[in-house]
Amino acid sequence: MVEKERPILSVDDLSVSFRTYGGRVQAVRGVSFDLYKGETLAIVGESGSGKSVTIKAILGVLPKNGRIDAGSILYNGEDLAKFREKDFHKIRGKKISLVFQDPFSSLNPIMIVGKQITEALTLSLGMDKDKAKARALELLHAVGIPDPETRFYQYPFQLSGGMRQRIVIAIALASDPEILICDEPTTALDVTIQARILDLIKEIKAQRKLSIIFITHDLGVVANMADRIAVMYAGKIVEMGTSEDIFYRPAHPYTWALLSSIPDLDTKEELVSIPGSPPNMISPPKGDAFAVRNKYALELDFEEEPPMFRISDTHFAATWLLHPNAPKVEMPEILAERIRRYAEEKLANAR
Amino acid sequence: MPVEDAGPILEVKNLSMHFTSRRRRRTTVVKAVDDVSFTINKGETFGLVGESGCGKTTLGRTIIRLYNPTSGTVKFGGREISGRMTRELRKYLTSNIAMIFQDPIASLNPRMTVQEIVGEGLIIRGLKDSAERESRVKLMLEKVGLQAEHAARYPHEFSGGQRQRIGIARALIVEPKMIIADEPVSALDVSVQAQVINLLNSLKREFGLTVLFIAHNLSVVKYFSDRIAVMYRGKFVEMAPSDDIYHHPLHPYTKALLSAVPQPDPHTERSRRRIYYEHTEPATGTLAMREVVPGHYVYCTEEELQFYRRQLGA
Repeated sequence: MVEKERPILSVDDLSVSFRTYGGRVQAVRGVSFDLYKGETLAIVGESGSGKSVTIKAILGVLPKNGRIDAGSILYNGEDLAKFREKDFHKIRGKKISLVFQDPFSSLNPIMIVGKQITEALTLSLGMDKDKAKARALELLHAVGIPDPETRFYQYPFQLSGGMRQRIVIAIALASDPEILICDEPTTALDVTIQARILDLIKEIKAQRKLSIIFITHDLGVVANMADRIAVMYAGKIVEMGTSEDIFYRPAHPYTWALLSSIPDLDTKEELVSIPGSPPNMISPPKGDAFAVRNKYALELDFEEEPPMFRISDTHFAATWLLHPNAPKVEMPEILAERIRRYAEEKLANAR
Repeated sequence: MPVEDAGPILEVKNLSMHFTSRRRRRTTVVKAVDDVSFTINKGETFGLVGESGCGKTTLGRTIIRLYNPTSGTVKFGGREISGRMTRELRKYLTSNIAMIFQDPIASLNPRMTVQEIVGEGLIIRGLKDSAERESRVKLMLEKVGLQAEHAARYPHEFSGGQRQRIGIARALIVEPKMIIADEPVSALDVSVQAQVINLLNSLKREFGLTVLFIAHNLSVVKYFSDRIAVMYRGKFVEMAPSDDIYHHPLHPYTKALLSAVPQPDPHTERSRRRIYYEHTEPATGTLAMREVVPGHYVYCTEEELQFYRRQLGA
């Protein structure tokens, strides 16, 4: 467990909207979370849940039609939500770095990869060329690239997808950031390559005491990486807790649905699918946004939005089912079964 | 047509698909599919897994003759479909095998209505009566969980999951005997994936379909398939009933692949030991697909075969 100290990054009641021809899209609606030193916080959600928009707001790279309507993003005593573009220059890529989803489009195709790393060093840290090169070679070595001296002079097209993602990570680490934001860093990669990149990120995190915000929709990857997990739906965090809280004691019907809609290697029974599709965020539904797709929805869910209920010191969920007066509802059997099986396996392994 | 006794419906023998490219008088041959043999029985779901570039998509496309195979034969329902292409053979192929594609956006013509997209196969099959066509399209749309009103709309009006349903309706309207589904759910959101997987499963039962299911997500393939083949560099390295592949993987590549599949269980993930696979040529012996125990094939040498047999205690 991560010791409770002061958070390194604190997002409070963040709301972001986009101006479109159809109307104002409320992409993020009151998101709050803290990030502590040396922990990995995973934000899980489907496309359109607002997870990417949240981190874009943190990095100050919202598209032109987007704006922060309310809330604060506190980092080192400063509010990033109030920053202008030039204020971000001393933070972005220096204190907070980003690893993108797609290693194919996030590298410059006509620049040798070495230069792409040293560029970050000479421009932002004012290192001289020789020093920067030595440091770049060190970084290439640190991210597990064999024969860095040769790779330094190669172009992105000469490298495989996994290799390119390692370069992107090396660039992100160049200025020794405090926070690394990984936006679906392995979605474009094959499973075996994905495994290696995830191992690399964990290793780097341990060595450098990095704090990581890890964005993904893949729950298997989350189980591997996260200390804490925030589940997002329709622009809100619906459940938040430690990895164990979310996977072994999920409390929100959306988390249940998400967990039971994916098969694992032992699944035989019919999957529980979530009917319908996510709501239109131009006019978010009244009450709980998930209510229309939720077979456990109460009448109250269509009327009033549930607050965050506290389940334990680490575990919170926004569902009326947790209200003392709510009817007692159990999670779907397929999921309960799976959790029991995992517990048995754990016992068997411990012996 | 009634489903006859389960026997092979698709027989693939020594199939190869090589792509040749010439640049500055240098010729490179890519062996996308290299000497692959297998059969699929009637009503069976055959899963094909492998990483990008292993040739799994090419294999599917070669079977349905989007490519002309370099060598080898493919037989469907006893008839050879890998020979010279004729009008008649094309007709035989398209009315028996249909394909569901990965990308539900790129695989639907944006200028055609759903009625036109789904009904096109019927026109090609000579169904001139437009009222009849319309009613069959509507029926099919309802079968795949869409509504009859959707027929008049265009693809952009649908979500990803709904578009994949349109693709499925288009494939099934000609009442094919076999479906080749190439990564049908990988472009969809998790919550929608389950909808489409459940739909495919129920349609498979209803129509008695034979399915060749191609995907890179091993959990999904395992869930969906009766038998599984693992492909690596254009070759099958292991083929077995799906439970055997997962509980007794033999080939080192299969083991590596399985050790990399993330599971939604933090405890397993933390204690997980990964196996890495480095491709090496054997020092002695010739490699071939060999049957270790009935139904379980591994691409190995004679010596390795004995080793695998001992491992399984056979």
